[in-house]
Amino acid sequence: MTVDVDVVVIGAGPAGMSCSRVLAQHNVNVVVLDEQNAPGGQIYKNIEGVTEKRPADLDFLGKSYAEGIEIANRFRAEDIDYRPGSSVWQISSSVVGKRRELIYSAGGKSHKLMAKYIVLATGAIERPIPVPGWTLPGVMTAGALQSLLKTSAVYPTGKLVIAGSGPLTLQLISQLMDANIEIAAFVDTTPAGSLFRAVFHLPRALLAPEYLKRGWHLVRKLKKSGIKMYSVASNLEIFGDQKATGLSFTSRGSRYGIEADVIALHEGVIPNTQTGRLLNIEHQWDNSQNAFRPVLDGSGETSVAGVFAAGDNAGILGAKSAVLSGEIAGYAIVEKLGFIKESARDLIIEEAKLRRFIENGVRPMLEALYPAPDWIASADNETIICRCEEVLAGDLRKIVADGCAGPNQAKAFLRCGMGTCQGRMCASTVTEIIAKELKRPANMVGSYNIRPPIKPISLGELASLNEG
Amino acid sequence: MFNRLPNIIRKPIIFYFDNEPIEALEGDTIASALLSAGVVEFRKSALSHNKRGPYCLMGTCFECLLEVDGVTQQQTCLIEVKNNMRVCREETKRLITNDG
Repeated sequence: MTVDVDVVVIGAGPAGMSCSRVLAQHNVNVVVLDEQNAPGGQIYKNIEGVTEKRPADLDFLGKSYAEGIEIANRFRAEDIDYRPGSSVWQISSSVVGKRRELIYSAGGKSHKLMAKYIVLATGAIERPIPVPGWTLPGVMTAGALQSLLKTSAVYPTGKLVIAGSGPLTLQLISQLMDANIEIAAFVDTTPAGSLFRAVFHLPRALLAPEYLKRGWHLVRKLKKSGIKMYSVASNLEIFGDQKATGLSFTSRGSRYGIEADVIALHEGVIPNTQTGRLLNIEHQWDNSQNAFRPVLDGSGETSVAGVFAAGDNAGILGAKSAVLSGEIAGYAIVEKLGFIKESARDLIIEEAKLRRFIENGVRPMLEALYPAPDWIASADNETIICRCEEVLAGDLRKIVADGCAGPNQAKAFLRCGMGTCQGRMCASTVTEIIAKELKRPANMVGSYNIRPPIKPISLGELASLNEG
Repeated sequence: MFNRLPNIIRKPIIFYFDNEPIEALEGDTIASALLSAGVVEFRKSALSHNKRGPYCLMGTCFECLLEVDGVTQQQTCLIEVKNNMRVCREETKRLITNDG
């Protein structure tokens, strides 16, 4: 059965929730599709469950997480057709009668919607970190450990080593400390000289002083914690046979080897562009974040008319900016549908943009403090880059030397990006490696073409499209 | 390798992993319930058959795939565990034989 709607919002994180709230407040017929079982996205994952059933855990999960309940409550307060547990797997590139067909899977069946506008609020993914041994059980991302704490109050035991760089590693350490969970070591991969570079961005960062205060507090807390720390770490290597048992790395000129049962990696987050790629929207390489992000107009509309992007999938700006970007896209659509006047829209959007500029004040400083890793394109030849098809960095370099023109041809040569994750875990690495080998800008190298279904579905789910 | 924080007031439930009963708590995902029960190896990689376990827990890496109630290749970090659910590991490759 096909149902006509005005807007489909994909994702119920901060951007998706705020965008759909604005739309519903203006009586727009909006459907929110989200893969998770509850609103919040990754940043506010299970915020309702924690607030209701485990409020004491908010003490260690922290203030910035607890703030999410207000956003979720405002989302729930509106009459919104919210469908959790829904995975979008196809959006048609053609428009029929001003509407675009969108297909998603939920409860083992496929469902079709015809939407005038689509908002991509699919958030971010943690940057894939191709180091030797990263496929061993026991190696996870820092975000995965946070996710366990949020959904289930489950924490790692034994020797936990956090290896990486960025605000999220500091936040995780702070949460674990407050929950009295032991951390064996923090292997900090932040390069030397970051503080010096960051100082130049201090004036703008002062626009949003609460971030500076929070960051300063985290750094001091870490220094006083007594956790074993290794700074300016590089050349990580994880070892283990059936599962991870330790890691080695270089820190300030010396090579170290330490034991570990659970290793949490993190090198920042990058936009989740999978759905946008399916629609062939235009992307551009962000040189400061080392990742692709969609090209947008002032209101968040992509190069494909009627398709908007809001939140971290549109460029990493964080949760508070995501709320504002969601609102901006919402008001732009409300105006297009004729529910408010252009002048009213402009007033609201300009104000939201100003607030977002202030909110983002700290971003340039954060990017200088925790720069995107510069070593991924130099990943060791023996390191797996495509986890699903077990393609090595050296395999890719070899076919590039033999004349492979780009990521899509690499699929044909090596099957990289063609496994179950459909390229999500190797696309960024493949672009970086090819760009370096060909000495060509990442923008020219591009990324995988993404084709439907963008989530694996069963034949039954496909066949169910023809049922009533 | 994983444990639970004590102050829990959620309802306990029982599900089955490879036919063994496992206790979980209401609201757990299948992946978080298995990790807290000590299971870290979920599957084998398609080519080398090396062991794999959950990596991202946010629906991106597809390392937590298991068969859930007879449906293969389910992302267990996205599915809430339910009473009596039957979860099992999968053979990486299915052999096609002439006698079906």
